[in-house]
Amino acid sequence: MEELRGKAYVYACILVLIVTIFSIVYFIAVRGLSPFLSDGVGIGEMLFGKTWAPDADVPLYGALPFLFGSFSTSLLAALIAAPLGFCASIFMTEIMPKLGKTVLQPAIELLAGIPSVVYGFVGLSVIVPFLRDTFPGQGIGILAGGIVLSIMILPTVTTISTDALRSLPSGLKEGSYALGATRWQTISRIVLPTMLPSLLTGIVLGIARAFGEALAVQMVIGNAPHIPGSLFESASTLTSIITLSMGNTTLGSPHNNALWSLALFLLIMTFVFVFIVRLLERRAVR
Amino acid sequence: MRAKTVDRIATGVIVVIAALILAVLAGLLAFLLIRGLGHISFDFLTSPPQTIKAGGGIGPQLFNSLFLLVLTMIITIPLGLGAGIYMSEYAKENRFTSFIRLVVEVLSSFPSIVIGLFGLLVIVNTFNLGFSLLSGALALTVFNLPMMVRITEQSLRSVPKEQKEAGLALGISRWKTITSIMLPVALPAIVTGTILTAGRVFGEAAALLFTAGMSSPRLDFTDWNPFSPTSPLNPMRPAETLAVHIWKINSEGLAPDASEIAAGASAVLVITVLLFNLGARWFGRFLYRKLTASK
Amino acid sequence: MKKSMTLLMTVVLGLTLAACGSNNGNNANGAASPSESASASPSASAPASESPSPSAEKLTGSILATGSSALQPLVEQVAQKFMAEEEYSGITVQVQGGGSGTGLTQVSDGQADIGNSDIFAEEKFKDADAPKAAELVDHQVAVVGMAAVAHPEVGVDNLTKQQLVDIFTGKITNWKDVGGADQEIVIINRPSSSGTRKTFETYALGTTTEDLPGSIQQDSSGTVHKLVAETPGAISYLALSYLDDKIQVLKYDGVEPTVENITTGKFPVWAYEHMYTKGEPNPVVKAFLDYMMSEEVQNTDVTELNFIPVTSMQIVRDIDGNITQK
Repeated sequence: MEELRGKAYVYACILVLIVTIFSIVYFIAVRGLSPFLSDGVGIGEMLFGKTWAPDADVPLYGALPFLFGSFSTSLLAALIAAPLGFCASIFMTEIMPKLGKTVLQPAIELLAGIPSVVYGFVGLSVIVPFLRDTFPGQGIGILAGGIVLSIMILPTVTTISTDALRSLPSGLKEGSYALGATRWQTISRIVLPTMLPSLLTGIVLGIARAFGEALAVQMVIGNAPHIPGSLFESASTLTSIITLSMGNTTLGSPHNNALWSLALFLLIMTFVFVFIVRLLERRAVR
Repeated sequence: MRAKTVDRIATGVIVVIAALILAVLAGLLAFLLIRGLGHISFDFLTSPPQTIKAGGGIGPQLFNSLFLLVLTMIITIPLGLGAGIYMSEYAKENRFTSFIRLVVEVLSSFPSIVIGLFGLLVIVNTFNLGFSLLSGALALTVFNLPMMVRITEQSLRSVPKEQKEAGLALGISRWKTITSIMLPVALPAIVTGTILTAGRVFGEAAALLFTAGMSSPRLDFTDWNPFSPTSPLNPMRPAETLAVHIWKINSEGLAPDASEIAAGASAVLVITVLLFNLGARWFGRFLYRKLTASK
Repeated sequence: MKKSMTLLMTVVLGLTLAACGSNNGNNANGAASPSESASASPSASAPASESPSPSAEKLTGSILATGSSALQPLVEQVAQKFMAEEEYSGITVQVQGGGSGTGLTQVSDGQADIGNSDIFAEEKFKDADAPKAAELVDHQVAVVGMAAVAHPEVGVDNLTKQQLVDIFTGKITNWKDVGGADQEIVIINRPSSSGTRKTFETYALGTTTEDLPGSIQQDSSGTVHKLVAETPGAISYLALSYLDDKIQVLKYDGVEPTVENITTGKFPVWAYEHMYTKGEPNPVVKAFLDYMMSEEVQNTDVTELNFIPVTSMQIVRDIDGNITQK
């Protein structure tokens, strides 16, 4: 009897979860597909068009600048965060585990808890003026967005690679040391190659998080709907254009529908990232 | 000899980078706290905000944030525990299960802004819950639930197999084994994970703009009847949380001291998240010691 | 030990049930409260229409106003005052932001009683949606003036209409070409969906502009103000309430953006703030809108928040921009 009740409870819970997920996917898909189905926008036109002018007399819905912006900021963020995260996790596992566990790890986890609004605020008050004074341009742009995002995804990258390093069989390392290898030789030739898939997992999850981040990026990237000519030129991401225009447009208008298409694209990209992680994990296990 | 030099250089580089990360974090905290701490006072923490006059506080916002957190957890924890137990104990390893796992992962890294818009159209409009704490809590549940499920599943999986098998061998039902043998062992990890996700709820803004709303009605803190519209406990009232308030005064604030209020509120937010993190660690360890010692 | 665990599980299960229970309760609640607001209004309207003196019956009900974040502070402040009046103490007013588009959608779908907008509904509900705009009734509650602003060190305090057009279309890219410092111009614009941008383009530039590469776009006045004050060579436009000495306010064809110049029609860059209702407002909503339009509110709260009272405007402008003297 108790078994039955317990079973009913967990099945009900999983049902709620599934229903929630499906309703979100269904809902966004319906809204996001309507430009293609009812507003006569071509999928190719949206994916490869360079001009975003939904309010023009002949509306154009080219989302390529946003795709470019989203990919470049999140890749840049990963490029900055990955080496930092690896070094931090090697520090925590191989060099000074005690100090790492008591100081560095809590510090990095704290970064994960800081709200994105606050990151945007700090980015606008510190990073943008710094870039403006150091480099040509207004300080606003892909680089500013990438730096803010890199700090935001650092915890993800670090935590996952630390977990992976800790789970490494100790025999492997000890064997290497026994053969007279130095610590760095052990790390660079034994530890890192073995752990590569797990480390990549961390990076991909970091990119996924950066891809979906909205408020912080929107504040520092500039939001011009163009492919920028340099790292210091105003650019847009999928999330920034959604945050910026969603509230100003009426539901069901072609402009609004086009924004939902961008949201659908975000959803699809999230699936792709998770799929990549799956492939990597499969390789890591076997 | 050369290998030793390389080793020393590499170690040096790694230590420097670790120090750099700490420096960035320290700088970040110092920046937020130095700008904000001067503005925090008892009055600031308890008084309501002002539109155009200086001297507004964040009292209702702070309360809203905490109350929304409680509401979200009341919905998330039971659902997340149940679904997590299913995933780790009842689910058969087949395509369907791995599909659910995939979708759970997708949902947990899904952009919060889209969840907010989903919340506006489905929870606020279609279910007619209006801009309310409950709508906000449901929207937050949508992206907190996957994390909760994952935490529960992982914690249960890390319970030693022998303990589970011992229970089953004694002829105890599977449900009983889970609840009375496995859950207590997994509990500290679950609790820590839960509190850490709670910190995320506290700082969320994008999903709440469109669900819990951007303003607070007058609150009567002497009225604790949850059905009265001015009662702070009424889950059907709109509520602006601290993170949303920071966003709002940064974007449209008209008060002369808007930037100080934003700085002060950011500092309060960061301190609260800090307390959550430390609290989670301490509580998890406390629980672990308590549960294992009494065994 | 086992016992205490059973206890714990019971608590957890209890919580679940409680959550489900309260969930259901809340759902019922949720269904009840909007219908309450809906049903309250007709029930309030019934006695009002029966008895010739509406003041005999005290109005009760609730009002939800959503939309424009620029208008939100004003409506919020007036709502506080409104609810504090003894006469209207039975009415609850909720004010939410979310943007003009959200406000218009919500009021058109019947989810909100009032949709706040910076822009005429006809400009948002176009083509297939045009009938939706026809259902809405416009209540113009205030006027917002807008001025072109620049970074303090550009060395210019006046721009002609043609100069502004050349700057915002990218023909002029340096301040020295308009008589200022040798400094590259940085355009800080609003997104093309923004009502503020629409107003500026229609009444200051007289033409729509494209989003230039390298231009910065922000939708919030606070951020625009911060960026203009800090970015050398920046130009943008802001509502009068955000003007201060951290930024250079630019005259338009030699005319200063003052309240007087706007009310007399000398300074053309301004827009109405609209509060839309679906059909004619019910008595509760009407009471609030009337309160909003009362001399007292118009001359205190509206001016306090740096909007211009509609009542003090000496000219009237329709949706096509035709101006008539009052």
